[in-house]
Order: sequence, then structure tokens, then C-alpha cells
Amino acid sequence: MRKLFVLCTAGMVMLPSVLAAETAPGDVVFGDLGAVEESLTGTAGNAEAGLEVATTRSLGNCLACHVAEGWAHMPLPGNIGPALTSVAHRYTEAELRGILINSKHMFEGTVMPSFYNVDDIIRPGDGYTGKAATSVEPLLSAQQIEDLLALLQTFDEPEEE
Amino acid sequence: LVFAGSAQAEPNIDPNPDVTELVINGEIPITIRAPAPDHLDGALPEIYSGWLYRDASTREMEMDDFENPAMPFVDAGIEAWNAVDGSEGKSCADCHGAIEEGMAGVRAVMPKVNEAGALWSMEDYINDCRVNRMGAEAYDWDKQPMKNITAAIAAQSRGMPVNVAIDGAAAPYWEQGREMYYTRYGKLQLSCASCHQENNNNFIRGDHLSQGQINGFPVYRLKQSALVTIHNRFYGCVRDTQAESFAKGGDELRALELYVASRGNGLSVEGPSVRP
Ligand code: HEC
Ligand code: HEC
Ligand code: HEC
Repeated sequence: MRKLFVLCTAGMVMLPSVLAAETAPGDVVFGDLGAVEESLTGTAGNAEAGLEVATTRSLGNCLACHVAEGWAHMPLPGNIGPALTSVAHRYTEAELRGILINSKHMFEGTVMPSFYNVDDIIRPGDGYTGKAATSVEPLLSAQQIEDLLALLQTFDEPEEE
Repeated sequence: LVFAGSAQAEPNIDPNPDVTELVINGEIPITIRAPAPDHLDGALPEIYSGWLYRDASTREMEMDDFENPAMPFVDAGIEAWNAVDGSEGKSCADCHGAIEEGMAGVRAVMPKVNEAGALWSMEDYINDCRVNRMGAEAYDWDKQPMKNITAAIAAQSRGMPVNVAIDGAAAPYWEQGREMYYTRYGKLQLSCASCHQENNNNFIRGDHLSQGQINGFPVYRLKQSALVTIHNRFYGCVRDTQAESFAKGGDELRALELYVASRGNGLSVEGPSVRP
């Protein structure tokens, strides 16, 4: 509700730029090593919403592959990818955004899915139904990427060694 | 739980070095580790039965037919083997004899190219006999009567080495299957190899990833309380990449079945096995 209000107020003041603010998957600009400097939405992410995205199977499902102190309350995280507990120390905001949007720029051939991407999808399905998709949408919305980014920026526990 | 918070494991190492052998009913030794077939070119250094990745209680269920929940379905399959069905008044046994003799070794070489040059799975051979030799109705690929009879037939080859042919007439099907194995399907862009070659021995959520071998099929899945066919498993694994999956009993999954079977050449036929 509050978000809606903010959007509306902003819209009244600067409608055209708000409409143009959300970057489509095909228009994302990747820098060196796959970093993405610019916010996809211009609206700061919400870490709490990000946690929901990260731990819901039908959304990010990050815990299928990653351990993180931030979702230690959830059972049975996987270990396909590195632990994310200290990830904010390892990467800048722009690098993390790039990893979330399409980590294949940074990690060539990685098994990590590209969460804001519609290119090179072979036999796109309609979610987990096994049926063909009628249109190819990115796995997550632009704002969900920004929400995840806000979450990962709180993952700043000291590196273990 | 060992894996909670643990670091990534190295793939392609023995998942369970402490477990040295599997002997079913105290009399059928099963090869659960074997040298990788040459055609894998080192993609897997050694091959492992999916049984090795399961916890002790699941492993134990497979060691004794009285504990194996798939066995009542094997009995039902043997009953069907001996039962007359169809317009010709024949049973499987009328032509093939006792299932123990007639079907020994058959599972180990399936799928294979038939006389007409087409790649057929076990299910295709069974339905060919039912329709063209017995005058009976074809069994549905993924329904109980078919699962019963394929489980009963698999059980006659337990302990024999998987040895599917990949050359000659089989070569083009095998190539097609290999291509599929390495194709990253779906919105998650994952191939069979992403999970079962690059990440076997890792955990995806709570699931300990195996090499995705099919020597144990049909498998009894405790989670589903049911026998699961090879094509059903493949269908589900492709579906879970958020892809449009492939039809069970279709040409694509038949080719994939041949390729995946060939990755297990040298393991024992183990079906019907037990999985979580
Ligand atoms: C199917 C597995 C899988 C899923 C799902 C997945 N990742 Fe990853 N992720 C990986 C792998 C593997 C890597 C390591 C990169 C490589 O391949 O070298 C990685 C790397 C990362 C990194 C860089 C970590 C580092 O220390 O280098 C971050 C950050 C990350 N993932 C975040 C996420 C988030 C957030 C999600 C959910 C939206 C997610 N991942 C979902 C597999 C996955
Ligand atoms: C009228 C005779 C007849 C009947 C009845 C019959 N079969 Fe067959 N079956 C054959 C012949 C002939 C072949 C092909 C020759 C061969 O490879 O043995 C064959 C082949 C097969 C094969 C492939 C074996 C292989 O090694 O290639 C399987 C499996 C099979 N039958 C199962 C069954 C089952 C199950 C039933 C009953 C539901 C059945 N058959 C009934 C005659 C019969
Ligand atoms: C997103 C990960 C993922 C992908 C991609 C995937 N699988 Fe699986 N598969 C699993 C999981 C999880 C299991 C259950 C645990 C296990 O046995 O590995 C499984 C189980 C299997 C099994 C059963 C093994 C047994 O011993 O019971 C087979 C066979 C299999 N997969 C084949 C395939 C094939 C073929 C493909 C490609 C078409 C594929 N999988 C793609 C995750 C995946």
C-alpha cells in the first residue's frame, strides 16, 4: 500500500521518467565482469521482500543452491554454489546486481540461473508444469532483483577463515 | 545433518566410501561402482549406482526382497506374464517360457534397435507382443500394468552388467541422446549434466544429487509410494528446469534413455530399486 502511494506521488511529479525507469531485460547494460551500475527500477530494494523471494521455490529459490546465515531458519539449504553469508564483502553493489540479473557474464558457463533474462531459452516452460510457456517472462521481476540486492547487502558477516 | 552449512563437495568422488557392497537377499551381488565407460572420455572418472547416495534405511530396504516395497508389483507382473490375454488366447509364457529364463538379460541391453531399425524401449517390445502377437490392448506407458511387467522383467536381470549397444544402427540415436544430455533446457537453463555430472554428490535443497543412472529402474519412490518409470523420471527432471518437457514414450526420451543407459554400462541391473 505504501509503495503504491509512493509510486503514485512520484508519478504525478515526473510521470515520463517513472515509466521509463524500469529497465527491460534486453536493455540492461553490463560493465566489466558483468556488473550492472544502474538500478533496474529506481526504487530502492526491500531486504525483507528479498528474503521472501530468495526462500520461495517458485521465485528465486536461492536456498536450493546456497547456504546463507540470513536464511539459516529454513531447513535443508543446498550447496551447489558458495555460501552467501559474507557475500557483501566480496562484491560491490553493481557486481551483485549483475550476478542476480545474469551471472553468466561473470561466471562463464555457471549452473546458476539467469534471473532477469529472456534470451537463449530452449523449450521455455510454463513454470513447473512441464507445459510450454505462452510467453517468455524473466524468472523474477525488476523490483524482485532490487529486493534481493538489498538482502545480499545485509549479508556482511566477517569472512570465516 | 552433515551438509547443512557445509561447503560445496567435490563432484565425481565416491559419495559413500564406507559402504563396500550391495548383496540382495544375501545372494545377488550388485556392482555399485564401476570404471566409467570409454565413451565418457573422463567426464565421469568412475560410475556409481544411485543406491550409494541414499541413506542407510533406504539402502537397507533394497537389500531384502521382503523389505523392498516394489516386490508386490513384481509379483503382479509375474501373474500377468502367465495370464492369457487377447484374441489369440496366449500368455507371454506361451512363447517366452518361464519369465526367469525367457527374460534373463533382457533389461541389461534395453533400449535397443529392433529389426526394422528403430530404437525401442522395453515398453515398445512388450506392446508389440501384446498388440501384434496376442491381439491384446497396448499397455499405457506410465500406468500400473506396464510398470508391473517391466519391474518383473527387470528383476530377472538383477546382478547382470548393463551393456547397451551404442554403435552401428544405434549410433544416431545415441548421438541424439548425448546432445540432449548436454542441452541446457528451460528457463533455469540446466542440462542433465548441470546436475548429474557437474554436481553429483552436492545437495540441491535436501536432495543428494546422484549421477542420474538408470540401472535401478523402475524405482520405487517412497515419496510417491509408487513405481516410477525411466521416462517419468526424465519427464520430471526436464519439467523442473521450467521447460516444456518431452512426451513419455516419445522418440526424444527413447534416445535419451539409450544415452543415459550407456553412461551406466558396467553397473549391475538393480531394478526394481528403492529411492526416497
Ligand atoms: C541452480 C543453482 C543456483 C541457484 C538456484 C542460485 N545460484 Fe547463485 N550461484 C550458483 C553457483 C554454482 C555459483 C558459483 C558461480 C560459479 O559457477 O562459479 C553461484 C554464485 C552466486 C553468487 C556469487 C558468490 C560468490 O561468493 O562468488 C551470488 C551472490 C549468488 N550466487 C546469489 C544467488 C541468489 C541471490 C540466488 C537466488 C535468486 C541464487 N544465487 C540462485 C548456483 C546457484
Ligand atoms: C505369440 C508369441 C509371443 C507372445 C504371446 C509374446 N511374445 Fe514377446 N516376443 C515374441 C517374439 C517372436 C519376439 C521377438 C524375437 C525375440 O527377440 O525373442 C518377442 C520379443 C519380446 C521382447 C524383446 C526381447 C528381446 O530380447 O529382444 C520382450 C521384452 C517381450 N517379447 C515381452 C513379452 C511380454 C511381456 C509378453 C506378454 C505380455 C510377450 N512378450 C508375449 C513372441 C511373443
Ligand atoms: C535441477 C537439477 C536436475 C536436473 C537439471 C536433472 N535432474 Fe535428474 N534428478 C535430480 C534430483 C534432485 C534427483 C533425485 C536425487 C538423485 O537421484 O540424484 C534426480 C534423479 C534422477 C534420476 C534417478 C536416479 C536414481 O538412481 O534413482 C535419473 C535417472 C535422472 N535424475 C536423470 C536425469 C536426466 C536424464 C536429466 C536431464 C534430462 C536430469 N536428470 C536433469 C535433479 C536434476
